[in-house]
Amino acid sequence: MIDYHAILPEIILGVTVLAVLATDLVTREKYYGAIVGMVGLFAALVPIFTLGVCDDLAFCSGSLPRELFGGSYVVDQYSLVMKGLFIGAAFIAILLSVAYLQSDRFYEGEYYFLLLAALFGAVVMASSRDFITMIVGLELVSGPGFLLAGWRKADEKSNEAALKYFIIGVIAFALLVMGVSLLYGISGTQLFADLAVAPAAVVDEPVFLLGMLFVFLGFTFKISAVPFHVWTPDVYEGSPTPVTAWLSVGSKTAGFVGFLSVAYLAFPTHANLWGPLLWILAIASMTLGNLVAVKQTNIVRLLGYSSIAQAGFMLAPFGAAAAAGADLQQAFGATIIYLLIYAVMNLGAFGVVIAGGARVKSYELDDWAGMWRWAPGLTVLLAMFFMSLAGIPPLAGWFAKLAMFSATIGVGSWWGYSIAVIAALNSVVAFVYYSKVVKSTVFDNVPDHVDPEALSRIELAPTLTVALGVTTILVLFLGVFPGVIGNLSKFASEILAGTF
Amino acid sequence: MTIIQFVLLGAALFSIGLYGVLTRKNAVLVLASVELMLAAVNVNLVAFDVYLGDASHAGQIMTLFLIALAAAEVGIGIAIVLLVFRNRRSANIDELDVMRY
Repeated sequence: MIDYHAILPEIILGVTVLAVLATDLVTREKYYGAIVGMVGLFAALVPIFTLGVCDDLAFCSGSLPRELFGGSYVVDQYSLVMKGLFIGAAFIAILLSVAYLQSDRFYEGEYYFLLLAALFGAVVMASSRDFITMIVGLELVSGPGFLLAGWRKADEKSNEAALKYFIIGVIAFALLVMGVSLLYGISGTQLFADLAVAPAAVVDEPVFLLGMLFVFLGFTFKISAVPFHVWTPDVYEGSPTPVTAWLSVGSKTAGFVGFLSVAYLAFPTHANLWGPLLWILAIASMTLGNLVAVKQTNIVRLLGYSSIAQAGFMLAPFGAAAAAGADLQQAFGATIIYLLIYAVMNLGAFGVVIAGGARVKSYELDDWAGMWRWAPGLTVLLAMFFMSLAGIPPLAGWFAKLAMFSATIGVGSWWGYSIAVIAALNSVVAFVYYSKVVKSTVFDNVPDHVDPEALSRIELAPTLTVALGVTTILVLFLGVFPGVIGNLSKFASEILAGTF
Repeated sequence: MTIIQFVLLGAALFSIGLYGVLTRKNAVLVLASVELMLAAVNVNLVAFDVYLGDASHAGQIMTLFLIALAAAEVGIGIAIVLLVFRNRRSANIDELDVMRY
């Protein structure tokens, strides 16, 4: 007997994906695909909401967690929050795409189909509790990503981005599945729940550790952390910018979902082993990302390095708590808070970059100088989102940073203190390059080849306005009332109660 | 049944594939090397499944999924390589240096 209520979001999304493909066949107005897709996304949010509310009500049958297919697929608080995040991110990504796709000769219908297919994979990943489901979901996120990265078919940069992304992606994927096969060989199971209670004789085998290492390294590709970060700046720069927005939020969060599920649900008893590894990766990612970002002259590339650095910040509490053997629940909550807020502010930042790029036709920082003259409103939003990414109160980003710092310091050993100090130094470096962009757009002179008069007459596409409006309101609201995000993350961390 | 020769075969295939991915200059050969790496995983999974006598056959089921995923992945890869070749008249991945640092 299948619990249809539990998998209703997936059913709706599956139907939506096919409906978008069918829409492409029957109409010449390709943006209908976006409309069908957005309606489907709204519809999929309804069962996610009812599943979350149903948990506390007496007349609802079934409570969370709902297990399906022999424990391979579990709908719990954590997966519901993450699914909501993915659907929201895809919604904004579609809004960011519509005007961009119509500005040039693009294949539109297939674009929405692939974007929604990637979303479907991410949603499946959030609920998967065994390696088979997880890997199928992961490939469903990655595959469309490779294609979308090369969507500017005539542009050499885009071609190059797609090929680089693909090659590094498949190496990471092969590493991941090799790790899974080794884990299966030594433990005889693919289920996270069974791996978590594997006997000591199995766990102490070197092969088990090797498998675990391979799995974690495979996931670092998706979250663009060291050592599989090299693709990030090139792919961000070369891909169409709305695709970059999706990759930096949707695809990256999907990687984090895999990371969190594997670490907390499959290997909670070996936290002393993966903790130091993640601790090192976190420090390497944030330091490398921030230091290289300072010298960037291309705004999308800068956001690429910033995305590597943010991955480091997200891993920090996670690695420190696990390495020190402290309470993992707070670290888990801090990572969820960071993921939710990062999604909002990064989508907003990319919204501004897309809106500005549509006017100047360039993403070089030099061409954006004096943006205040031709787009004062956009400049204010740019400053707001970049300061939020830097973690300045009262914008949402400060709460993410606060949660991260309090979780790392709360660990209470030198693992936590040292990484908190390094993260604090990194935040200063990050502030330098975020404020460099703001300073250049507000105070610098407009370069000679840019005509502010002509640029200021170009209107903002309505879809972009909606996307920017939603993200702006969220960044301001969540900065003033961070309790909303705090409660969501508490709700999501409920699954860990009693695990450790 | 001994497992050692199968695991060695898997490890050898994986290493050869990884070596190929890292050293080959032609994108098509890189794709072929990736296929070797995934084939190594399949060898491992099937061997472990039989060796463990897994009643649920999770290993062989995963092999079936991986075969499909590998096929899809190569389809995507060939499409991208064709795209690059059409624009640059070359599938040499060392020449992909428009974007740096």
